[in-house]
Amino acid sequence: MSGPIGKPTPYIDGVEKVRGQAMYTDDYKLPNMLYLTFLRSTESHAKIKSLDISSAKSYPGVVAVATGKDIPVSFGILPISPDETAMAVEKVRYNGEIVAAVAGKTVEAAQEAVKNIKVEYESITAFTDPHDSLEKCNLEEQIHPHTKDGKNIHKTAELRFNEPEKELETAKYKQTGFFKFAGVTHAFTEPHSTLAIWNGDKTLTVISATQVPHYLHKNLSKVLGLPLHKIQVQKPALGGGFGGKSDPFPHEMITAYMAMKTKQPVKCTFSREEVFITHHGRHPTEMSMSVSCDNSGKITALDTDIIIDGGAYGSFGVVTSYYNGVLLQGPYKIDKFGFRTRRAYTNKHQCGAMRGHGAVNPRYAVEVILDMLAQDLNMDPCDLRNKNFLPENSFTVGEFRITSNGVRDCLDTVRKKSDWDKRYGKLPYGRGLGIACGFFISGSALPIIWNRYPQTVVHAKLDFDGRIVMFSGASEIGQGSDTMLVQIAAEELGIALDYVQVEVADTKTTPVDLGSYSSRVTFMVGNAAKTASSNIRKEMAKAIGKEKNVSPDKLIFANSRIQTQDKSIDLSWEDGVEIAMAGRGAFVESGHYISPKLGGKYKGAGAGLSPSYSFGAFISEVTVNSDTGEVNVEKIWAAHDCGKALNPLAVEGQIEGSIHMGIGQALTEEMRYKNGQQMNPNFFDYRIPSSVDTPDMDISIIESNDPEGPYGAKEAGEGPIHPVLPSIGNAVYDAVGIRMMELPMTPDKVLSKLKEMS
Amino acid sequence: MKSKITKLSINGFEHIVLVNPDETLVFTLRERLNFTGTKKCCDEGTCGSCTILVDGIPVLGCLTPTVRCVGKTIITIEGISSKEDLHPVQKYLVKNGGLQCGFCTPGVVMTAIPFLDEHPNANREKIKEGLSGNLCRCTGYKKIIDAVENAGKELKV
Repeated sequence: MSGPIGKPTPYIDGVEKVRGQAMYTDDYKLPNMLYLTFLRSTESHAKIKSLDISSAKSYPGVVAVATGKDIPVSFGILPISPDETAMAVEKVRYNGEIVAAVAGKTVEAAQEAVKNIKVEYESITAFTDPHDSLEKCNLEEQIHPHTKDGKNIHKTAELRFNEPEKELETAKYKQTGFFKFAGVTHAFTEPHSTLAIWNGDKTLTVISATQVPHYLHKNLSKVLGLPLHKIQVQKPALGGGFGGKSDPFPHEMITAYMAMKTKQPVKCTFSREEVFITHHGRHPTEMSMSVSCDNSGKITALDTDIIIDGGAYGSFGVVTSYYNGVLLQGPYKIDKFGFRTRRAYTNKHQCGAMRGHGAVNPRYAVEVILDMLAQDLNMDPCDLRNKNFLPENSFTVGEFRITSNGVRDCLDTVRKKSDWDKRYGKLPYGRGLGIACGFFISGSALPIIWNRYPQTVVHAKLDFDGRIVMFSGASEIGQGSDTMLVQIAAEELGIALDYVQVEVADTKTTPVDLGSYSSRVTFMVGNAAKTASSNIRKEMAKAIGKEKNVSPDKLIFANSRIQTQDKSIDLSWEDGVEIAMAGRGAFVESGHYISPKLGGKYKGAGAGLSPSYSFGAFISEVTVNSDTGEVNVEKIWAAHDCGKALNPLAVEGQIEGSIHMGIGQALTEEMRYKNGQQMNPNFFDYRIPSSVDTPDMDISIIESNDPEGPYGAKEAGEGPIHPVLPSIGNAVYDAVGIRMMELPMTPDKVLSKLKEMS
Repeated sequence: MKSKITKLSINGFEHIVLVNPDETLVFTLRERLNFTGTKKCCDEGTCGSCTILVDGIPVLGCLTPTVRCVGKTIITIEGISSKEDLHPVQKYLVKNGGLQCGFCTPGVVMTAIPFLDEHPNANREKIKEGLSGNLCRCTGYKKIIDAVENAGKELKV
């Protein structure tokens, strides 16, 4: 490739970000703009007996007050569980749920007015432990009326292939582990923020910090009863998502409603505490898992039973329930395979999708158990893994289609770089090495809301100025998708990067894209962008060929020039544009992506289907202080197969960021609750790693060249988190001989395990 | 509380602004004067995103009462960015990939610049310590540290 593809390319929005010029939602201000604040529930589960907003309404500076009854239409990211309303209607289901909203001329007026709202609650038994939610309860205690058998179980996802339980009963080599994972949250730096404008032509513009403008657009239409063609959702610069901005949110509905009601712009920006209690992060999880293998180390069966604590509403929970199980089908070939996940509703903040969605906790469990089996067999854990990898171009037991697969290269690379064979098991007490692998989807092959459209469309426009503008609904959230669009157009057209600009994430002007979730953007939007820009090239070549009397396929687009091999034709880009536009003017070419038809015919076969999968292998080196119980990650060797790194700088950044987040969940991060109330909704008490906690990182990008990805690319944003946690867990075992079955492995847990052992 | 007419020197210009005595500098800058380059992430002194220079010293805008800054020299990210060229810290953050979503970035810039002034020979360990008050959720810090290290080298030349 002669253009920018494959070369480290600084982000196109980098300069405005370092200058503080990038505009995030809260940076926008409009004349007559109102500020929105909320009254939030102080109860975990209660009927609203009375709600009196009269004195808030008459408070000086207040323009409007709204309650749940004003917008009672339920919504949610998944069409199968639209169980949430913008504000509580009749009852509250978690401490912190929005009960009423006040729009004021100043923040202070709105905040003061909220204090004047009178609300009376009648408590209902609160379910804060998911085990309690699995038991029968009275109808009035049920968190949602739609759950079955009088229990608060939101979803049971179960799949079973070839009777794994039978194999496990008789297997000679078998390990069972019981694991417990605390809930963790995205902790992105930019708080949720939304600005809504009711326009003169009776249309609604919503500017919001969202990863999914399209789904927000659809849910706004549903809740507000406004036709789709009267809504525009724009995503400006966005300060981190990691899945935490991938639902349509109550505050977005309310802000839009208030703008419609008052005919004035309305803005809502959360405090950090509100960000924590809005949550939608990784589910607290309990998991019992059994894996067996034969005496050569070949895995023979896996079975697992999982309880995930969903909190009060559905969010992505049905998908999370499946992902906990189905994404264990790789990177190892396992023919006897089963899982059951039960997602409990509880009266706590709802959980949803977070980087590595659904698969991070079970990945920890399986990789730790494989380590235990290797121990039993007296086999090197790397060798055991090597015996079990799925081959390229194969199918998993649940009929996932595996195409490119660089997992062996990943493992060999980190094994060599870390000097594993000389050092594993031989380091002094207190220092250890651990290995783990990873596997993740490169975009979900199915859309969240079924439709007959492609999964994404990209338009490329050429105009008199010689500029290419890429129109895409893809949401840049820091992962570099805008830069990817520019790189691809520059590559296809042989022009310098600065000829290309983007118009993105605006549901009025950009063609529909489903959003930045499930690691789909590079694969799907990348393919569409490649087609759109190569279509521009074809059109230009056709016009130039005709005018210069040369076959279009003899024209080479490179170095911002259009030439024949012998240079008998040698045009500047601008001259080429002039010829291409003669008699037709500016034109737009389109590209789209549709996933191939994939998967089996059984119920649940769609969960985890992807046109391609990423793979990885990481080795962690840790030190454990046996006096204090502290675990320190000293170094991580990370190898991730992303197919082809379109922008190695961005891919490294995704891997490094995944390491950061994985270390956080492994060692310090935990959503702590007491009676349904979060005890640590701030960065003092919810500890994310800081710069001093950063280990040495040795990043290897493995390129397996996917046959269907753009230039061979697949995902890099989520897969790299999976091996981080178990490689640390396994390294702790190598260091001091304890198996950490609960995360985070805080010093108290480490010390009590050490004590248990002695 | 009674609002007060307050004179502030920001990025070399005088601003007359009506300020509440309990108001923080980040609020005054963002809400009253539209200096939105300074970011509000936690508003309780835990993340470093709102770092501002007051008399050359990095302070957290969310913990600094505005009225305490009267008569002092306030420099925000806009003050650093008013020159045509990027400061080496800014240049290398872009070049080395030391930013992703960019929300913590102004705070990182406002911390790293005085840090390098004070510690021109800082090694990676020292740089990590210098940045330990700036939370970043995207990068894993490695490329931020690379950028500050490279900026330090360039500034010494």
